[in-house]
Amino acid sequence: MPVDLGLECVGALLGVAALALAVGRSRAGSSVVYGASFILCTIALASALRALIGGGIAYERVLPLGLPWIGAHFRIDALAAFFLVVVDLGGAATSLYALGYGRHEAAPMRVLPFFPAFLAAMNLVVLADDAFTFLFAWEFMSLTSWALVMAHHRERGNAQAGYVYFLMASFGTLCLLLAFGVLAGSEGDYAFAALRASHHAPVTAALVLTFVLLGAGSKAGIVPLHTWLPLAHPAAPSHVSALMSGVMTKVAIYGFVRLIFDLLGTPSWWSSMVVLTLGGITAALGILHALMERDLKRLLAYSTVENIGIIYIGLGLALAFRANGVEWAAALALTAALFHVLNHSLFKSLLFFGAGAVLTATGERDMEQLGGLIHRMKLTSVAFLVGCVAISALPPLNGFVSEWLTFQAILVSPDLPQWGLKILIPGIGALLALAAALAAACFVKAFGVTFLGRPRSEAAKSAQDVDRFSLAAMGLLALLCLLAGVVPGFVIDGLGPVVQSLVQGRMPAQSDMPWLSLIPIAASRSSYNGLLVLCFIALSGSLAAYAIHRIASRALRRSAPWDCGFPDPSPITQYSAGSFAQPIRRVFGAVVFQARETVAMPPPGALAPSRLTVEMHDPVWEGLYAPVGTAVGFAAERLNHLQFLTIRRYLSLVFLLLVLLLLVLAVWL
Amino acid sequence: MFDFAVQGAQMALVLLLAPLLTGIVRKAKARLQRRRGPSVFQPYRDLARLLRKEVVLAENASWLFRIAPYLIFAATWVAAALVPTFATGLTFSWSADLIAIIALLGSGRFFQALAGMDVGTSFGGIGASREMLIASLAEPAMLMIVFTLALIAGSTQLSSVAAFMVSSEVGLRVSLGLALVALVMVAIAENARIPIDNPATHLELTMVHEAMVLEYSGRHLAMIELAAALKLLLYISLIACIFAPWGLAPAGAGAAALGIGALSYSAKLLCGGLLLAVFETTIAKMRVFRVPDFLGAALMLGLLGTLLRFVSRSF
Repeated sequence: MPVDLGLECVGALLGVAALALAVGRSRAGSSVVYGASFILCTIALASALRALIGGGIAYERVLPLGLPWIGAHFRIDALAAFFLVVVDLGGAATSLYALGYGRHEAAPMRVLPFFPAFLAAMNLVVLADDAFTFLFAWEFMSLTSWALVMAHHRERGNAQAGYVYFLMASFGTLCLLLAFGVLAGSEGDYAFAALRASHHAPVTAALVLTFVLLGAGSKAGIVPLHTWLPLAHPAAPSHVSALMSGVMTKVAIYGFVRLIFDLLGTPSWWSSMVVLTLGGITAALGILHALMERDLKRLLAYSTVENIGIIYIGLGLALAFRANGVEWAAALALTAALFHVLNHSLFKSLLFFGAGAVLTATGERDMEQLGGLIHRMKLTSVAFLVGCVAISALPPLNGFVSEWLTFQAILVSPDLPQWGLKILIPGIGALLALAAALAAACFVKAFGVTFLGRPRSEAAKSAQDVDRFSLAAMGLLALLCLLAGVVPGFVIDGLGPVVQSLVQGRMPAQSDMPWLSLIPIAASRSSYNGLLVLCFIALSGSLAAYAIHRIASRALRRSAPWDCGFPDPSPITQYSAGSFAQPIRRVFGAVVFQARETVAMPPPGALAPSRLTVEMHDPVWEGLYAPVGTAVGFAAERLNHLQFLTIRRYLSLVFLLLVLLLLVLAVWL
Repeated sequence: MFDFAVQGAQMALVLLLAPLLTGIVRKAKARLQRRRGPSVFQPYRDLARLLRKEVVLAENASWLFRIAPYLIFAATWVAAALVPTFATGLTFSWSADLIAIIALLGSGRFFQALAGMDVGTSFGGIGASREMLIASLAEPAMLMIVFTLALIAGSTQLSSVAAFMVSSEVGLRVSLGLALVALVMVAIAENARIPIDNPATHLELTMVHEAMVLEYSGRHLAMIELAAALKLLLYISLIACIFAPWGLAPAGAGAAALGIGALSYSAKLLCGGLLLAVFETTIAKMRVFRVPDFLGAALMLGLLGTLLRFVSRSF
């Protein structure tokens, strides 16, 4: 049974974690740990794939663990199987990558034991079938990933990142705990089957939605709960960053889908408005933040925030359709969201692998110190380019397909009866389109500044391409990005049972459409064929190249760059990450980040350099977190006096509290 | 077999007509400025000359710089071949809808911006940076226009949209008018025409498109010039097939209807080119940081059109 195999893999991964404690220090330690993780993830992936293709029959298992009167429930249904595929695919690719990348680790004992435990925890969250097990696994996942974030705790900023992450993770788990508490009510049966069966009042549903948005949303990184993400994801070693950004955020999405779509029952239409608004803001603000970054890994982390926004837009649309009983449209929107879950796990892992490779080769994450790596890291640059094209939602790769499906879902939404949705959804569509276009700009910057141009530092000049394992992992993910883009029909059909189980409808089967086209509703309405588009481009491009080389001319001469006759040999005269984003900062940043540029120009004849200072404000941090932090500090300052009272006063305080509690009881009962 | 021949004819037609359209626009502009101007066939001669010349490649140009022209050309050509010109319902018209066509042009632009940054000169960077700024507003505006059209016609499939526009159900609609204005604005920006960019200048700091392709020469430059001409043709065809769909041969039409379609298409192209020339002559180029206002207006018009369609079916 898949659930047993899944649990055995979790157990074995925990065993590997224990083994890592023993062998971590030895030379072969990292190869043993990552090799074992790779094999276990591949087994779990195969079993999850089989369960998913098998049509999503649910398998259950109860183990006598945890609280004695509950036990630990585990279950694989279609939804869990799909997310297990995402988790274990990412886990397997990361382990493969780490076989090479992990060798450069300076402090292996800070990474090796936690890595398999982190993988086990993410598997366990998806497998869990009661609230206790779920929360335990969720907290275990938070703690192991926190340990991995703190692996390089001496580097500047990492300790603070770990602290913020720790706070936000505890806050998130607390919210989920409350969500389950509200769901279970006073009877308190915490098995998912019981939660699913019980009926929930509108107030309960609203409370649960709020708590789940806070709890799962903070882990996924929706605005304004995203602030820990761009701090913590880049602080971890790059393969862990890939796992956190590509996979752990998806586990958070799983938590949201499981609780809201599966356990809570039919939603009300206004809940979709909340989710849509948050999704739209998250997408736009995430990518604007990413554009302003000069640190490659932070840029990628902010882009994760954007993609989470896109996924939440799809989920919000699915909620809206489902609340109005339009199952086929809900299926379309949910398929789009889940497809984007898979896509983002593929290309974000790939991009973090690329960033890790650049870090290994040059020791730099700052794009202003990089450049020209396409000449020295040929294969890495190809893989990174594929990831950039995919995440920018450009055809014929996979990112485009899921955004296209989301757009198609938006286009069927004018039939929704509620006015709030009628007015909100076009705006969300515009935000989504804006985010997609800005993503293209962002990844032109990321690839262009890092890999193109001339090297901006000695380290970038002497970079070497990375080892074979890392390249194999990047190549594998790049290939999957291409495959999911040109034959999306198979992915959509694979998602069929998942969507069916959640919204009681599914998209028409795609794999038997003519020419493997993608036809979400009807052929006269919309269709897209990535395979054909790829073939057309490849054919016409190579045909043109062949014809020109054959008939016209193939002569080629290398010479100094032209640059309008004034080429400057210094590489700092190139466009940098900051200058590339400057026009966008002026247009969008002036409003969103209150960006101000001041130029200090010394008087003529003075030898001082002129300076450009840019001042930007993070609206969420300064508007929300800083005041909360100040308030907490203020309260702590005040309460500090309580530490220096006499015993007499303490006793009177205890007495007063007792009286108060008794009064409360007297009034209550 | 006949269907495949029509599709092939369309691909060849857009490729052959694109330089002519550019030539016509240039000639008309020259006449309006009381110059004689080069012949309308000059772009063909330019392309032939560029194709025969050797490529002078910057020393540190990478493989990306060398394949980008072919990729840009291929993406633009495929996109242009999927827009109905003289007939709707072509054999492969279903392989990409309007959203995908816009995204295909986006792919071309992505590689063009990357190629601009490849050699590592400041001009390439400035062009790439500004191109992506313009795209970051033009693309959402375009998508909003697509939304409006799709909501009116009930399809994102260009053939279906064009067929719907020919039918009598359309009538005069507010949202359609908004979409037309927005589409013209986006088309001007996307094709780097005045007032956004000046296709005739070469050494001004205001330039966008020309700065990106500054390092290109020979056959590579020819490919990029041809792609730019194709893009202009694509946008005029797009406006024509949606807002002036008269004469379009329906799916599976005979040779006579196709002939009429081809004739009316030529007339529409000529009209579009002349209108563009008149427009460009009467307006001055704007500062680069005024461009966001211009495109923001297009985005708002598109959004308004979509919103109106969401609110009521009668707009």
